[in-house]
Amino acid sequence: MSEIAEKVKAIIIDKLGVEASEVTPEASFTNDLGADSLDTVELIMEFEKEFNVSIPDDQAENIGTVGQAISYLEEHAK
Amino acid sequence: MSSIRRVVVTGLGAITPLGNTAPAYWEGLRTGTSGAATITRFDPTKFKTRFACEVKDYNPDTYFDRKEHRKMDLFTQFAVIASDEAIADSGLLESGVDKDRVGVIWGSGIGGLKSLQEECFQFERGDGTPRYSPFFIPRMIADSSSGNISIKNGFRGPNFVTTSACASSNDAIIAAFNNIRLGLADAVVTGGSEAAITESGVGGFNALKAMSERNDDPASASRPYDKDRDGFVLGEGAGALVLEEYEHAKARGAKIYCELIGGGMSSDAYHITAPDPSGEGVVLVMKNALRDAGIQPEEVDYINTHGTSTPLGDGAEIKAIEKVFGAHAEKLNISSTKSMTGHLLGGAGGIEAVACIMAMQNGLVPPTINLSTPDPEINQALNFTPNTAQERDVRVAMSNTFGFGGHNTSVIFRKL
Repeated sequence: MSEIAEKVKAIIIDKLGVEASEVTPEASFTNDLGADSLDTVELIMEFEKEFNVSIPDDQAENIGTVGQAISYLEEHAK
Repeated sequence: MSSIRRVVVTGLGAITPLGNTAPAYWEGLRTGTSGAATITRFDPTKFKTRFACEVKDYNPDTYFDRKEHRKMDLFTQFAVIASDEAIADSGLLESGVDKDRVGVIWGSGIGGLKSLQEECFQFERGDGTPRYSPFFIPRMIADSSSGNISIKNGFRGPNFVTTSACASSNDAIIAAFNNIRLGLADAVVTGGSEAAITESGVGGFNALKAMSERNDDPASASRPYDKDRDGFVLGEGAGALVLEEYEHAKARGAKIYCELIGGGMSSDAYHITAPDPSGEGVVLVMKNALRDAGIQPEEVDYINTHGTSTPLGDGAEIKAIEKVFGAHAEKLNISSTKSMTGHLLGGAGGIEAVACIMAMQNGLVPPTINLSTPDPEINQALNFTPNTAQERDVRVAMSNTFGFGGHNTSVIFRKL
């Protein structure tokens, strides 16, 4: 697993209080990991901070699973 | 409106600088223990006041899962913890109560001060890009306390927070009382909480010259009615009551602590922080409470005073008590439990109501500690229950709280 993927996973475990085994690429933040709309906003903010990127709202809307977050950040992280 | 419904207390909860449950709190009160010590929540080195009455050995993980408590300011955590204890004590949930008829009316003078402070600090440290947490507003707003209590328990009745500085809890208790009396709810979780031991809280109250600066001896700093008092000591925590309509409580066989028989409110209409030295607003509030309760002053056994240990406030309240109670004033037990807990601001009325009710239960009046040099300006013929608890069959107890803004409140409990 890439360094970015490791970090993304750690942030999700920390913010959503879930077990590492639950954080699979297909796992949806809201449907599988118990996040509500505010948790999702917070996750996006944490990704922005950790990876020093700015994620526009229209793109953030397309980041709904662990895998989507990892691919987006692998592409955009500086 | 049909005949006014009676309201009783069926559950108690507390998390305080003296202990983290209602029984632990009572143990501290009974034994005359001070909850004051050097501040641990931040580095107070440069502050005029470097001590406070903090809740001890507090770990949110004991009460909440981590994801849950990150979304609550400390004052809301305290609110949920004390309410959980009171609700469990009342047996309300197990009784299959109609949750549409259960409300939550909570008091907080400030709300999430720490959350507000942290977010502002963080923005200030950054490059001007706003990175406010989506949980900032819900953590900060004062009504997140009553909101979280209702969400956790599914109580869908009346739900709001009262804010009147240090009178907030009593205003919540009175509002809860009225909601039940008027038939708008059958039970209400009420009380109040505060968590203002932060840089901005301590710095702000220092600037008002309202707090004790007795840094060399924190445990003796809160000394109501003593000649050497120099201000209040900041406290934190929560006190919770379950109030319930009398017939509703009887029908489910609930344990009934006592009846809430009266609530009074008034305003000084004088100054935004200073108490009116004439004490007229305080006379009025106690008279209003007695009238609401339909009792004579002579029926009162114990007054848990506002008594914050400030030079001006303590004397004005006692003069008002002498005016309202006349010759009976000397027969009362009076005590300021703030001598032990410090001043919980918007949470004061909550824990002090719990103190009054436990005094009734135990036939014991908790003391005013640190009263070693009585202030000659205050009538010392009154019984301030100095330094050690006194046995007394407390049938009727009054609890006073007053807040910046000139808000005065008084509630009266009576044994059934």
